[in-house]
Amino acid sequence: MRREMKKPVLVVGPMHPLQEEMECFHLTVDGEKVTDIDMRISYNHRGIEGISETLQFDQVPFLVSRVCGICSASHPLAYIQAVEEIAGVKPPERALYVRTIINELERIHSHALWVGLAGHFIGYDTVFMWAWKYREPVLDLLEEITGNRNNYGNVKVGGCREDIPDELIPKMLKDLDEIEKKMEMLINAVLDDPIIHARLKGVGVLSREDAIKYAVTGPTARGSGLEIDVRRDDPYAAYADLDWNVITQPEGDVFAKTVVRLLEILEAIKIIRQAARKLPGGPIAIQVKDIPPGEGTGRAEAPRGETFHYVRSDGGNRPVRHKVRAPSFVNVPSFRASCIGADIADVTITLAAVDPCYSCTERLAVVDGKDRKVICDSEELLKLSREKTERIRGTKG
Amino acid sequence: MNKQELNNKLTQVKDKLIAIEQKVDNRIYLLCEAQNAYDVNKFLFEDVSARFVIATGIDDEDCFEVLYHYSYDRTGCVITIKAFIRDRQQPKIQSIAPFLPGAEWIEREIHDLFGIDFPGHPDMRRLILADDWPDGVYPLRKDTSRPKPVVSVPDSSREVKE
Repeated sequence: MRREMKKPVLVVGPMHPLQEEMECFHLTVDGEKVTDIDMRISYNHRGIEGISETLQFDQVPFLVSRVCGICSASHPLAYIQAVEEIAGVKPPERALYVRTIINELERIHSHALWVGLAGHFIGYDTVFMWAWKYREPVLDLLEEITGNRNNYGNVKVGGCREDIPDELIPKMLKDLDEIEKKMEMLINAVLDDPIIHARLKGVGVLSREDAIKYAVTGPTARGSGLEIDVRRDDPYAAYADLDWNVITQPEGDVFAKTVVRLLEILEAIKIIRQAARKLPGGPIAIQVKDIPPGEGTGRAEAPRGETFHYVRSDGGNRPVRHKVRAPSFVNVPSFRASCIGADIADVTITLAAVDPCYSCTERLAVVDGKDRKVICDSEELLKLSREKTERIRGTKG
Repeated sequence: MNKQELNNKLTQVKDKLIAIEQKVDNRIYLLCEAQNAYDVNKFLFEDVSARFVIATGIDDEDCFEVLYHYSYDRTGCVITIKAFIRDRQQPKIQSIAPFLPGAEWIEREIHDLFGIDFPGHPDMRRLILADDWPDGVYPLRKDTSRPKPVVSVPDSSREVKE
């Protein structure tokens, strides 16, 4: 900190008391009021843009799906669309529908995850338990389709890697009915709850003007009355063929963002249902041989906002430049507009309201605390996870 | 504004541009020299009311490029300003953060990764690189042999005994 320390500074982070990721907020406070905020990120910077230049075009989707575990369908999709723009490739219809279904399932589970965390942040753990319980069937459905709960690795230049088998569709629609019933219950419970109204209304307001100035996207922008959604404005996958609405709320407070996210869950279910019913036949991919020199931009509406990828090719088999813009990169700086002037107690939920996502997904090993012996390593976890996928597909599918 | 009106509007800054390129539908590239980038950015943000998306730094070996991507959401068009910085020794381009706070972080990032200077930026501290990263080493420049990160040797006297 190179600022003069005249006023007390409250440091939130780098080990955030609630969130899983590394970020650091220096709140300058005057009594209970926050007068200034300084943000420090990049504790987890992994140099993905640099690594991408060393990989071949076909390998990059696996890399960018690891930018974020939760947005692991939208990052590869945005990248693929950029490369397809360079190559002038149009993937087959069926692939576009499969992409739509996977991306919308991702939206449901991501928004449910946020609602749960938001409940946890304001000390309302019932919401947390419910939201995460009802999120689980969505992840099971994703696992059944792609083989993974996250990091689906299902798109490639020219189409998709794995198909949704036709015999799975009736079961998927049935599961979706069940998910919709539970989600409606959760949504009604949250939106009717007087405690949540009292806690979230008028808190962390991001005005429409500030939303434009900070160039925010996704539910953060739509909660401030900006009617933008890449799925509608610059349609990709199969969104142009389907009937759905862009949800907006004018207030700009945390409650407005909550409403946007919750109602988007229902829209996502609507989209998946139509896409599953309309799923056209035919191949899911076409052969793409060489990527010519050129440049392309791809974007996809991730749960948190617009994911933007810029790719430049010189005709070789690797990108010469690959820029990744995750939505939180523009959403997080808007804290400067929404937190200054707020009470300290309101800051944590305001900071959580944009659904910040710095970087996720780390490897895990279970270690015995006493003799430092690895009890369960990644190999074994992989085996367990594959067994579970087999089980889901075998018994339910 | 529809697509035609947008194209007509963009010709208003034509004298500041080298060329306007449109390779595919809905993707427009405005090529300009670094010294005109500020005016073109201001025009796109304030007069066209396009939404700023992000900026990209590129090392072309003989020059640097800074690409400012904007989205014109009403037609779903991505407008990219491609600004060329010819001076490799002291690359600089005027900051757009004073009128567009959403660009503050990305300019800091490009400054970290490419060593491009942004005069007029309100707060040019490091964003991405660690505090102990050596000065003058820019990870995404093509002439940088990407160094291994500096690992500080742990102080053995502070080791926690179990």
